[in-house]
Amino acid sequence: MFDLSPFEIEAIQLSLQVAALALLACLPLGLATAWVLARYEFFGKPLFNGLVHLPLVVPPVVIGYLLLVMFGRQGPVGQWLWNTFEISIAFSWQGAAVAAGVMAFPLVVRSIRISLDAVDSGLEQAARTLGASPGWVFLTVTLPLILPGILTGAILAFARSLGEFGATITFVSNIPGETQTLPLALYSLTQSPDGEAGAYRLVFISVAIALAALVASETLARRINTRLGNND
Amino acid sequence: MTEAGNIIINAKRQRGEFALDVSLALSNGLTAIFGKSGSGKTSLINLISGLDQPDEGHISIGSRVVFDKTQHINIAPENRQIGYVFQDGRLFPHLSVHNNLVYSRRFLKPVLNPAIFDQIVELLDIAPLLNRRPATLSGGEKQRVAIGRALLAEPQLLIMDEPLASLDASRKADILPFIENLRDQLNTPIIYVSHAMEEVIRLSDSLVLMDHGQVVAHGDVEQIMSRLDLKPLTGRYEAGAVLSVRIARHNALHKLSELSFGGQTLWVPGHDLPIGSELRLRIRARDVSISLQKPVGTSVLNIFEATITEIVADGGPHCEVLMDVGAPLIARITRKSVDDLGLEVGQKVFASVKAAAIDRRNLGVRSAR
Repeated sequence: MFDLSPFEIEAIQLSLQVAALALLACLPLGLATAWVLARYEFFGKPLFNGLVHLPLVVPPVVIGYLLLVMFGRQGPVGQWLWNTFEISIAFSWQGAAVAAGVMAFPLVVRSIRISLDAVDSGLEQAARTLGASPGWVFLTVTLPLILPGILTGAILAFARSLGEFGATITFVSNIPGETQTLPLALYSLTQSPDGEAGAYRLVFISVAIALAALVASETLARRINTRLGNND
Repeated sequence: MTEAGNIIINAKRQRGEFALDVSLALSNGLTAIFGKSGSGKTSLINLISGLDQPDEGHISIGSRVVFDKTQHINIAPENRQIGYVFQDGRLFPHLSVHNNLVYSRRFLKPVLNPAIFDQIVELLDIAPLLNRRPATLSGGEKQRVAIGRALLAEPQLLIMDEPLASLDASRKADILPFIENLRDQLNTPIIYVSHAMEEVIRLSDSLVLMDHGQVVAHGDVEQIMSRLDLKPLTGRYEAGAVLSVRIARHNALHKLSELSFGGQTLWVPGHDLPIGSELRLRIRARDVSISLQKPVGTSVLNIFEATITEIVADGGPHCEVLMDVGAPLIARITRKSVDDLGLEVGQKVFASVKAAAIDRRNLGVRSAR
């Protein structure tokens, strides 16, 4: 009844691939950033905090253009990448992942930081007196306790990455099979005179994927919270 | 295990306005640290446990130096082998009771002897809780698990920071016997922080009195509680003399027990411990009255010949009168009575103590030491 066309399969696969890579890069970096913001005071912290959250407040096109300026072949980072590793991420699906990751990053940092702030430092002290070094305290106490925050951040980031449009189209353009994710494909269809039916199908697919992700995360969150004893 | 007198603390710590300056040598057994909130009790034990560092000083437990400023020794809390029972329990919410209990074992070399686990679980009566989550436990159950968790790390020193403060009176009464058992059955020295004098009297072998970040007095509970000059710190209303007594006889007919101390006998409501048991007993100053002649035709069972050794007025309507009845006894009476009776130091008087005034709450089983 609902057979996917190769065009649609390509867009879905690409979107999931881009979102997964963006998430993979975002989580450890976001965790480290949230840790620094939650636990340390240093000179320039407000500026650092502002930079981290910049993608939330500036138009995505601005982020995409900045990425293009920096990571393009002629850009400082892009040039270095090309000269050193002979790789270029501009106009590639990896570039789309970078754009999605940058846009999603503040969401990850924010939700992890909120749960870090909520961790009772008394529990970490208790773990120290029970023989755990700071590294073990993090692994056995802090990390399990902030798992709900990490999960929330991951879901938000994944959803944000799936829906990312402005930064992506500016940075890596709209190349079918390479950077044309679901929203970009949908955009292309709406620009063509006979694309209405195809556009509806993509809308349906997008909603289905997003709903599936939300239901899965809700189930997982409930499991984790039961383990943490948060639901009584 | 540490030898007597071997927990040495010399520490100074300045934090904002608050200055802690402590010099202490603690022996084995249970030492109570008593003081008002803000007197520096928790600051002191955080220095001992390593959760905070002194600005200068030296801390050693047995032969192990855990902190020494001049020798640049500062052992991390996880390596100090000090068990810490926090006021709020601090059980890990994501772990079962069992996994809370054995948390420390993954960081310790020798495999846990199952007999020790069973012994501690039995001592604290927590076997039925092992598969539960901390969120489902009552306050008293949480504290028992927290005590067990600290003990299973097999510490060289156990610190308890007001472990009963968050519990209601009946829960306290449930847990006190467990702590008495720990004191008597384990060889681990215990530092017990409290601002509840009845806990201190019941549990401790020696008492450290703290005020404004300093140690004001350190010694036997009996000796410190008989010092009128410390009453502002030990508390006036609830306070009184503390006696070490032995059960001499039970009177089944009247359901009384006869206690002996310093050549005197004292009748109290019947206690079910065997004859010969050592008890510690508090006689609240407000339950003691003084008369010039030996009262006759009185309902009061306990009348002692006494010599007044000290009279201190508190600035209000009351006076504290310290007497020697073979042991120190304190009466809290009005200044008017002191004037009317013409009481003065050295005078021979009679002190009366109503047996009914000495309830269970004022009796503690003395440690076996």
